[in-house]
Amino acid sequence: MGTRQSRGWVEKIFETWFAACAYLSVAVTAGIVLTLVWESWPFFQQVGLVEFLFEKEWTPLFSDAKFGIQPLLLGTLMTTLIACAVAVPLGILIAATLSEFMSSRMRQVIKPVIELLAGIPSVIFGYFALIVVTPFLQKWIPSLPGFSLLAAGLTMSFMILPLIVSLSEDALQAVPSSLREASQALGGTVWETTWKVILPSASSGIISACILGVSRAIGETMVVAIAAGQQPHWTLDPTEPAATMTAFMVQVALGDLPHGSLGYQTVFVVGLTLLLMTLAFNFLALQFRSRIRKSF
Amino acid sequence: MSSVFVAFFMTLLLTFSVAQAQMVKVDGSSTVFPLTEAVAEEFQKADPKIRVTVGISGTGGGFKKFCRGDSDIQNASRPIEESEIQACKKSGIRFLELPVAFDAIAIVVHPSNPFAKDITVEELKKAWEPSAQGQIKKWNQIRSSWPDAPVAFFGAGSDSGTFDYFTEAINGKSKSSRGDYTASEDDNTLVMGVSREKNALGYIPLHYFEENSAKLKAIPVIYKGKKQTPSKESVISGHYAPLSRPLFIYISEKSLKRAEVKKFAEFYIQKSKSLAEEIQMIPLPESTYDVVQKNLTQEKWGTVFKGHSQVGMKIEELLLKEKN
Amino acid sequence: METSTSRRKLFNQLMKILGLLGLGLSLVILLTLIFDLIIRGGSRIDFNFLTSFPSRRPSEAGLLSAWVGTLFVMLITAVMTILVGVSAAIYLEEYAKPGPMSRLIELNILNLSAMPSILYGLLALGIFVHQFRLGASLLTAGLTLSLLVLPIVIVSSREALRALPPNLKEASFALGATRFQTLIYYQLPSSLSGIMTGVILALSRAIGETAPLITIGALTYIAFLPKSIMDPFTVLPIQLFNWLSRPQPAFHVNAAAAGVILLFLTLSLNLLAIYIRIRVRKSVKW
Repeated sequence: MGTRQSRGWVEKIFETWFAACAYLSVAVTAGIVLTLVWESWPFFQQVGLVEFLFEKEWTPLFSDAKFGIQPLLLGTLMTTLIACAVAVPLGILIAATLSEFMSSRMRQVIKPVIELLAGIPSVIFGYFALIVVTPFLQKWIPSLPGFSLLAAGLTMSFMILPLIVSLSEDALQAVPSSLREASQALGGTVWETTWKVILPSASSGIISACILGVSRAIGETMVVAIAAGQQPHWTLDPTEPAATMTAFMVQVALGDLPHGSLGYQTVFVVGLTLLLMTLAFNFLALQFRSRIRKSF
Repeated sequence: MSSVFVAFFMTLLLTFSVAQAQMVKVDGSSTVFPLTEAVAEEFQKADPKIRVTVGISGTGGGFKKFCRGDSDIQNASRPIEESEIQACKKSGIRFLELPVAFDAIAIVVHPSNPFAKDITVEELKKAWEPSAQGQIKKWNQIRSSWPDAPVAFFGAGSDSGTFDYFTEAINGKSKSSRGDYTASEDDNTLVMGVSREKNALGYIPLHYFEENSAKLKAIPVIYKGKKQTPSKESVISGHYAPLSRPLFIYISEKSLKRAEVKKFAEFYIQKSKSLAEEIQMIPLPESTYDVVQKNLTQEKWGTVFKGHSQVGMKIEELLLKEKN
Repeated sequence: METSTSRRKLFNQLMKILGLLGLGLSLVILLTLIFDLIIRGGSRIDFNFLTSFPSRRPSEAGLLSAWVGTLFVMLITAVMTILVGVSAAIYLEEYAKPGPMSRLIELNILNLSAMPSILYGLLALGIFVHQFRLGASLLTAGLTLSLLVLPIVIVSSREALRALPPNLKEASFALGATRFQTLIYYQLPSSLSGIMTGVILALSRAIGETAPLITIGALTYIAFLPKSIMDPFTVLPIQLFNWLSRPQPAFHVNAAAAGVILLFLTLSLNLLAIYIRIRVRKSVKW
């Protein structure tokens, strides 16, 4: 216990350290944005935004290189669409069942199970996609190739399902019980209450949950890298292999990234596109989240 | 509790200062990778104090690292190119070029493919040249007697020496190829792809085919009227043309000065023959290895290939080149 | 009237059954996948598998360099997240004044928790690997992963600090202790279990991360144990990915085995966190 002055001095150092750590989060975001923009800038000067957006081929390392983002973008959108087409309706249904039809004791048992399932690493889902899901699908669709958007998308749906269920269930639980009791007092069944009263009230939270699921699907890397194939391919057919933006980044990273070359820059350019999409979706999710508080 | 953290941190800081002694960094071709991996494994068993890391950046990517001084040994499935020679010169890197094995590129299809029994070099060109992009999509466009079914193309990625060699041998110009195919620098991905796709047509290094022969079918290539099945014999005799080629390792002068790198290089040349055979690669004849060993000890810097592949090279030709 | 009510009740039952079916089916599918993994890979796990280096022969290949690498990377990640994450939480709970700056920080933390992990890899590639010249080392891996999981630790630590009753804090001030002393001698020790829960959850997330580590250059043939934090390395998920990429089915069995171990570690960490959380809730301290 030194004098008051020396105590103040030591405390100040710690306070500065604490503050610096907190501001680190801002620095990290800024770092990601700046790194991506900085490394992408020369690419756009050389290739130009028009070719990037409108060219339908992505062959950056060929002698006659083409730099259109559309194949990669389409791959990402297809897998995300497939994943969400399954996970969103199923997830909301399960969340509603958990929240409205099941006793709180059952919920206390099942909720941790869902959290555990949400924690399974994505590379293991990649294993499932390649070794289990693809052969299974090939029984029903014999012409399905060994790598396909469909296999990756379906596996991803199970990966984001726990997330959507968990967040939607939270949103539903946040609706005050007075609404439930009032509806049932008026003679509504549990389902009618849920459909007409609870779901609409929790809609902002549920939409926010789904948007986060979409965001997660867009950014998913390992499942698509392992099971969707690594061929940038402009296709609307899910039974074909194609590369997503993330799979492309991993594929190039597995090779070499010599600083400053056009190949190195393409990784950052695609990363920048991914970042912009993720930021847009996160922002949207946030908007819906803030609406929840206003509705009650 | 806090004392544990302090102790841990101190240990970390101390180990920070311990240099990365005794490490050999190898990188480059995924075609040569299995041989280098085997050599590295045996080498580390024999001498655990020396550590070897082996990357698969592709021949092109690997050369970029090599000519920057970021790797000690470069695995290459083609000779060093003119631009890479310049890059190394600019960084002041002199190198040794050591052929270590022979390999061929096999044309593979799915084992259940009933109609593709052989293919001519001209048909390969029709299928893979840049103008085939978006145009040649069906089997009967390659050969009219083949069915009207879509083709799934698989081939090496553009950072791969296999890609450079195949495009030069078939299309006449290195790196010039159609773009709409499943490309990978990792030959394992291609094996997996072709073996799981009934309509696949791909090109992969021969030894990857040999290792996975139950899953794939290699079809003979017709060149100058002669039909040649890819095999060890047809490659050694020089008949499997033009898709036969030597595989190399390149060692930088600076790295060779380090004892561990020199040891590893010598071990590599000594063991290449037996290990290559084990992994279904085609070893060079004993006499060639002797010449290579001599080039290593006498430090014969530079390349004998003038900056590009020599398509369809026979083993004796290689021997002659290296001797001079 | 009667029929319409009974029809509505029937529909209600139908929806309930449908929902339970959905829940049951999803659980069954996920559990089947997990059991399939265990069946395929479980038998491959033996002492040799855990103590051998990777090899070109699947029967000789093992996880030694991978799990040691994971261990070291987790240690570095844990230390960094505790030092930085808890500090950030302390600042936000105790020292920051509500206003645009603290809102900015919170917004960033929220945003970062929903960032694709590969972008952290790109950041690390640009800054740690090239700018700071740390290379593809254990240190780079630890730094990258700690940035990735930082939001988890910050949020849990904040919750833990917030859960403390305020009267004891005021009592401490009344006795003349400074803010800092209150923090060190009372707040941190009391919220330790909550903080630990956060760190454990963060590690359970970090242990399975593959994409950012591939991006910084971790995927190479590693048949030795790292001796310093600047050494190259490999980790469990990358070894799994490596084996999965090889066409020989025997390697896929190895991949399944690696998956079983990875799954086991992830679930154990998660269960540990849940256990701590339950115990804290039960214990009466004040």
